[in-house]
Amino acid sequence: MLAKVNDLVGAFLDEVGAVTMLARATILNIARGKTNYTLTIDQMVKMGVNSLPIALIGAGFVGMVFAVQISTEFVKFGAGKFVGGVMAISVAREFAPALSGIIISARVASAITAEMGTMKVTEQIDALKALGSNPVNYLVIPRFWACMMMMPLLTILADVVCFFGGYLVAVYLIKINSVDYMSSAQQFLSLWDVFGGVIKSLVFGMVIAIIASHKGLITRGGAKGVGEATTSSVVASLIALFIINYFLSVLFFK
Amino acid sequence: MIKIINLTKRYDGLMVIDDVSLEIADGERLAVIGSSGCGKSTLLRLLIRLEDPTSGSIIINSKDLHSLSEEELVKLRGKIGMVFQSSALFDSLTVGENVAFAIREHTNKSENEIRQIVAKKLEMVELAGKEDLMPSELSGGMQKRVSIARALAFDPQIILYDEPTTGLDPLTSAIIEKLINKIASELNATSVIVTHQLSTIFRTASRIVMMDQGKFLEAGTVKQAKSSKNPIIKDFISAGLIQ
Repeated sequence: MLAKVNDLVGAFLDEVGAVTMLARATILNIARGKTNYTLTIDQMVKMGVNSLPIALIGAGFVGMVFAVQISTEFVKFGAGKFVGGVMAISVAREFAPALSGIIISARVASAITAEMGTMKVTEQIDALKALGSNPVNYLVIPRFWACMMMMPLLTILADVVCFFGGYLVAVYLIKINSVDYMSSAQQFLSLWDVFGGVIKSLVFGMVIAIIASHKGLITRGGAKGVGEATTSSVVASLIALFIINYFLSVLFFK
Repeated sequence: MIKIINLTKRYDGLMVIDDVSLEIADGERLAVIGSSGCGKSTLLRLLIRLEDPTSGSIIINSKDLHSLSEEELVKLRGKIGMVFQSSALFDSLTVGENVAFAIREHTNKSENEIRQIVAKKLEMVELAGKEDLMPSELSGGMQKRVSIARALAFDPQIILYDEPTTGLDPLTSAIIEKLINKIASELNATSVIVTHQLSTIFRTASRIVMMDQGKFLEAGTVKQAKSSKNPIIKDFISAGLIQ
């Protein structure tokens, strides 16, 4: 039993170490000017633009659901005029960055790992090295930049859609006064709430890209291995995202 | 000249290459033969430093492969071409982009110059005009030839072939074997051909080395290998001939 726990802890620490080494290599090579801008823009389109519909639909409906829940309860206590403020803070600090992170984990981390994992098991990564290219520069850096840049943009758009999704429900369904909704949002929300949420999303983007790339680069064992690596990449990205989200929230908003 | 000195490779206690030494002269066509899983492909991976040895060293052009910096290694890899067992073509790039890959990554040549080089390399492997096809649109033999064209991008001094004809029909194998000989003589390149296909061994090798239980067994020329008294070499060749 103790040996098993020891093995598990050892494997976890090995994994954390490998992810940290990949992050270090990525950042060092970016500092050395190894970014391929064409590939980066290509990845930004793939990750950001193509994730936009699901991110916005998700954000809109989460905003609407949250508005249903809090408006109903707040109205009972005569606090309906605060719904807009609570919505604005929750959306900017938590919902938009976390939701964008979850969507990017599900959609982009899986795609990164599946693509790199397939390249690994079909010797394409070895071919890259044999042709004198560094897989970190050619594969990881463009995805790292793309995730890091697109996450804040998706988060800002999700902020707007989520907040106004809530507005539609609160004002037209629960019949909260629209002026109260907007003015309480203005009163409660500070610039730091939005800014903190955006910084969180930037960190999520970096972490997701590194974990997904790492899982792809260590894939072994053919199609089954690619499937397992992809699942494990999404799970690891989500767990990392939830943990980091907690600590950043405490750091930024406590 | 390639010098392998006391090379050992071990994976988690499993000995794959056991303290072997070998010299490969310039222009030589060395076939490394042996049964599946005997460590032949590992030897190639060590020769281009896709893996590091457990101990020992590999000297290529008087440079110890494992003491090179990343930049020196990139430079040296430009002089070594590798043809992978699975062809390992980049499946998201066209044939032309695959062949042009290293040239685009490591030189400042114009698109026109790159196009000309790619056309020349594809012509060498008898695939002229196939630049715009995707790897998935090619047969196994054609993929192998594109892989050879890609390995030739910088006219390498050393070409490593990992099972170049495994899984191909006899006619396609013969085409690849002819190509290996043609390239070796046109570029005056050293070829290291890892294979267990007898036809490939007999048609391409100027010297044969067999790998068995992590050790090298020198088999000499094709003629000498065929009449070898060593029971392991004899068994390997006669088993292949019966097949």
